[in-house]
Amino acid sequence: MEKISLTDEQVVSDLLPKKFGKLGMVWVAILIVFCLVGFFAYCRQLKYGLIVTSMRDYASWGIYISNFVFFVAISLVGSLITAVLRLSGVHWSTPLTRIAEIIAVSAITFASLIIIVDMGRPDRFYNLFLYGRLQSPIIWDVTVIITYFFISILLLYIPLLPDMKILLAGKEKKGIYKLYSFLGSFWKGTHLQFRISKRAINILCIAIVPIAFSIHTVTSWLFATTYRPGWDSTNFGAYFIAGAFLAGAGAVNVAMYVFRKYYKLENYITNDHFDKMGKITVMLGMLYLYFNVNEYLTPYFKMKKPEVAFLNSLFVGQFSVIFWSAIFGGMIIPMIILLFKRGRRPLPMFICGIMIVVGAWFKRFLIVTPTLLQPFLPMHNVPESYKHYFPSWEEWSIALGSLAGALLVITFFARFFPIIPIQETIIEQHEKQNH
Amino acid sequence: MDTNNTSRKEFLAGLVTTGLVLAGCSSKKSPFEMAASEDVKATGEKVKLLSVDGEVIEVDKAFLKPVPNMPTISNSEERKGIPGKKFVMVIDLSRCKNLRKCQSACNHMHHIHSNLNWLKVYPMDEGEHTAPYWQPTTCMHCDEPPCVKVCPVDATFKREDGIVLIDSDRCVGCRFCMAACPYSIRVFNWEKPDTVSEELAHKPYDCETSMPQKMGTVGKCDFCPDMARKGELPHCVSACPNGTFFFGDLNEDSVTNGAETFRFSDLIKDKAGYRLMDDLGTKPSVYYLPPVARNFPFEKGMEIDKG
Repeated sequence: MEKISLTDEQVVSDLLPKKFGKLGMVWVAILIVFCLVGFFAYCRQLKYGLIVTSMRDYASWGIYISNFVFFVAISLVGSLITAVLRLSGVHWSTPLTRIAEIIAVSAITFASLIIIVDMGRPDRFYNLFLYGRLQSPIIWDVTVIITYFFISILLLYIPLLPDMKILLAGKEKKGIYKLYSFLGSFWKGTHLQFRISKRAINILCIAIVPIAFSIHTVTSWLFATTYRPGWDSTNFGAYFIAGAFLAGAGAVNVAMYVFRKYYKLENYITNDHFDKMGKITVMLGMLYLYFNVNEYLTPYFKMKKPEVAFLNSLFVGQFSVIFWSAIFGGMIIPMIILLFKRGRRPLPMFICGIMIVVGAWFKRFLIVTPTLLQPFLPMHNVPESYKHYFPSWEEWSIALGSLAGALLVITFFARFFPIIPIQETIIEQHEKQNH
Repeated sequence: MDTNNTSRKEFLAGLVTTGLVLAGCSSKKSPFEMAASEDVKATGEKVKLLSVDGEVIEVDKAFLKPVPNMPTISNSEERKGIPGKKFVMVIDLSRCKNLRKCQSACNHMHHIHSNLNWLKVYPMDEGEHTAPYWQPTTCMHCDEPPCVKVCPVDATFKREDGIVLIDSDRCVGCRFCMAACPYSIRVFNWEKPDTVSEELAHKPYDCETSMPQKMGTVGKCDFCPDMARKGELPHCVSACPNGTFFFGDLNEDSVTNGAETFRFSDLIKDKAGYRLMDDLGTKPSVYYLPPVARNFPFEKGMEIDKG
């Protein structure tokens, strides 16, 4: 690694959370405005009902559900970077773990919120616990998402404890320090505590892998357990997981670039990190491409009547522009760029990351809605507006508001907690010096 | 089944007795006043009644109190269904000319939102050289209902008499059932139903009448079990002037459209009855008779059709 040796003091002063600058303030203000507009739109929805959306009986799921799938997908990256890489003995990913984990926690939180937004009767949410039926894939989803949320929180929290001690060092217990002390004052940094925390993290890392696979497999089953063309597929679980890892890796690439630029972390998130993440992204892209070919080629070969109507709407019909943009812009072009060493430098990585994430969002929309507009029986005896779907301003505002909310959580986390693990970086520095 | 029927009879007998007793009291003093005053003295005259648990109990005549609104059937009874029945419908496609009297009767009687239809009449035209026909489509009341399988809260359920119903007091509005139903028969109350009067809106929801429809919940054809309880036909069946719909009980092996009654098995055998998308394994309770020897040409229905 190209990392230069740094003193402990320098590491601490580099990595301690810093106050927002002017740019940070503007960023937070924009996000808050988006959230407020989304909140206002949701109040209207509560008052008038889901009629304010453009969803109707045929397109009964719209961008709320695709946004939900997107959030679940993004959140999977926490398990990839933290657990899979840690368990396979990869050390270079240490500075990225906290970024990945806060993305996971924030995304899974907003996934749960957006699913409540989609409900016709959010006031009866408790019915899921009162009358929950184990046969229903929704109950499976609720169960695994709640489990994933708590494991992710713990995987964020436990490695944060040693850093909390550094944050608290010699400070008066006022304001935010009260929170630090509430969260982490019991951490004394004894050998026993380090041993317990290491063990706990290992157990959580092992536990989170099957749970992560479950959340997205079960989410794919919300579609694959029905008869509809485009959903009735045994490929769906693996297809969703591959897509989720790609989307999550894209999100981490973007976050790495932004944090490095804004907090001047060039010594910690190095060009080498971008190079390695780029290679991982290419691998995940190829995996996703493989599942896409499986998903679309075999039904198109058979030309079953309902499937063909659905595939034509994607390939050449009303959704073709979004479809090909998502396939090329969100998967193939970034993959080609990242194949080259020059493409894996920070800026191109950032741009590719944005392309992947935006493409992933639209891809989720293409998975959810076009299928519903291809029912088995003709669309008939309904008002004209029931036969199309284009989201209303309320839906856009709520969807964008939820995305802004997720970014706001990440932003505030980075404001108050070190986004790169300080203690782990110091330990790694010492290990390197000893070698 | 038999014991249930007997207990129902006894119960009714009990009600009648109560009524008679009350009538007897009212000649002297209003029973409502008697019940209202706390210091009722036992008269020593006992009356035999049937309790809710099905036990015969003895109560002093003086303690009898009229119930202003007899509760209709309880939710748990509505979820069980009508004992001993297995409802089926037969739709004779050769008799339909898209008059849609079935649809307007259904909409009217269930106070459905004016944008929605529980019953749809599709112009079916399947292949290049096949003849188009009109297909009225109700809920199939499947024996393997995909909608019931996916419901997370048991808001939609399958009864012993074959009917699939919705409990709108429990539905959370996730719309998974709508995605799961291959027949696309389920509709959603995207806004407050515009055809529900204030009075109806304040009544408690009844699974068997499916009324009042509520904002944010799913609705669908219910096979009119409230009518079946009264021994009457569903609204669509009695509304069709051409006798397209037949309704009946599989256990009795008979179906009727009001004017004509057939043995169900004979009708299906003679006219080659079939079920919609039977290959999906949903086992519908609605059977179709193919549109052969038609009463009306297809074009006749185009006059009414607005898409």
